[in-house]
Amino acid sequence: MKLALFTGCTIPARALNYEISARRLADALGIEMVDIKNASCCGMPVRNINRIASLTMSANTLAQADEMGMDLMTLCSACNATLAEAAHELNHDKELRKQINKNLVSAGGKPYNGDRKVWHFTRYLYQEIGSDKIASLVKHPLNGISVVAHAGCHYLKPTKTFECFDDPEVPSTLDQLIQTTGAKSVKIINRNECCSGGILGIKESTSLKVVGGKLKRIKDRGGVDAMVLHCPFCNIQYEGNQKKIEREVGEVFDLPVLYLPQLLGLALGIDEKDLGFSLNRIKPKVLLEKMGA
Amino acid sequence: MNENADNSTIPISRLEPHFKYEVASEVGGERIKSCFQCGTCTASCPIRVVDEVYNPRRIIRMVLLGMRKEVLESEAIWLCTYCYTCQERCPQDVSITDLMFALKNLATREGHMHPSYKPQIEVLSGFGRMYEITDFDNKKREKLGLPPVDNNKEVVDAILDNNKLKEAKQ
Repeated sequence: MKLALFTGCTIPARALNYEISARRLADALGIEMVDIKNASCCGMPVRNINRIASLTMSANTLAQADEMGMDLMTLCSACNATLAEAAHELNHDKELRKQINKNLVSAGGKPYNGDRKVWHFTRYLYQEIGSDKIASLVKHPLNGISVVAHAGCHYLKPTKTFECFDDPEVPSTLDQLIQTTGAKSVKIINRNECCSGGILGIKESTSLKVVGGKLKRIKDRGGVDAMVLHCPFCNIQYEGNQKKIEREVGEVFDLPVLYLPQLLGLALGIDEKDLGFSLNRIKPKVLLEKMGA
Repeated sequence: MNENADNSTIPISRLEPHFKYEVASEVGGERIKSCFQCGTCTASCPIRVVDEVYNPRRIIRMVLLGMRKEVLESEAIWLCTYCYTCQERCPQDVSITDLMFALKNLATREGHMHPSYKPQIEVLSGFGRMYEITDFDNKKREKLGLPPVDNNKEVVDAILDNNKLKEAKQ
């Protein structure tokens, strides 16, 4: 089954290490992805200010995948939830779909016919490829590595959209995928806390306080080699803003942040260069040495 | 803007008791009248822990009391980071995250869009994306063996136009 790949706005401009590692991992696992041509924003940014405009932008992307005859594959959790929620509403509510399509066509788009499913790359790995298969392909076990999994919010919530495939209070799908490599997924206090990227542009000081809190709890736990996540917004918070927070709070965290496909790719023996590690801002040097890469 | 609304005196004549029905008629606001003020939302909120300005229970109470102006002109409604933690936990199924989206949509229609959205609308309108894709970006992509991407503004720009977002007041 081929999937229509939607990389969104942030990944193709600011998270090339996520994009390249996900593409190479998909190749290694036989996942066929075809890029959506003429892709534009998923609609998330305007959701706060105009629901109809946001749904119309989402419908535009859903219609592009529909025209390709494929379900959607997303890498960004924000795109994932925005498009999945829009699909959930538009697939079930014909009247709303009619209204949104009218809007979309008048803006020069093609109408969305409904029934497309939206996958997050991680969910696809978990449900369609499976932990057992991934574990069977591991060439370089990452035994002795301890990471904190950051599942984030828009990968699995709202659960009414995502059919509770993972537990919002005790998520475990990301941990199970991490553990296929032999690495240990460790717990910290309040592990599920949001990255608060949603308000970075509204009130940065508040947003970064939330991020700093989690970085501190990871440091206090001790023995953590990296954080593993699967969303470019969460990454901006924990990796991109880490130095800034260190300066503000006068404390060093030096916590490498990896995208899930980078970790899985290493274990599957994909060349380190094809996993984009040179683009990680907090160099996971010690980690790569420990992994024997 | 009145972030200390709970400490100030609001004459009952200034309340707009119909406000809760207005909010309940918005998508996401339907269940607001079921709130029994247990505070699970506020206790669950990652933002509330570090910033007292944001307090979802207080916002809901203000809506129920009819403090229309104080809610729609507040900074507080924009501080929801839409993590859905409170929504998943609400014992009364108030869909609090969706309710906050509804309040922000309503505030925008009333001319109180948060100023941070204006530059975002401009970028979206110009490139169809949140980041412009430049030749430099595509060269960097090519070096890594990644396919080129384009800016595709037409449909997005027309959607923003049709929904009058370019002229939205802050």
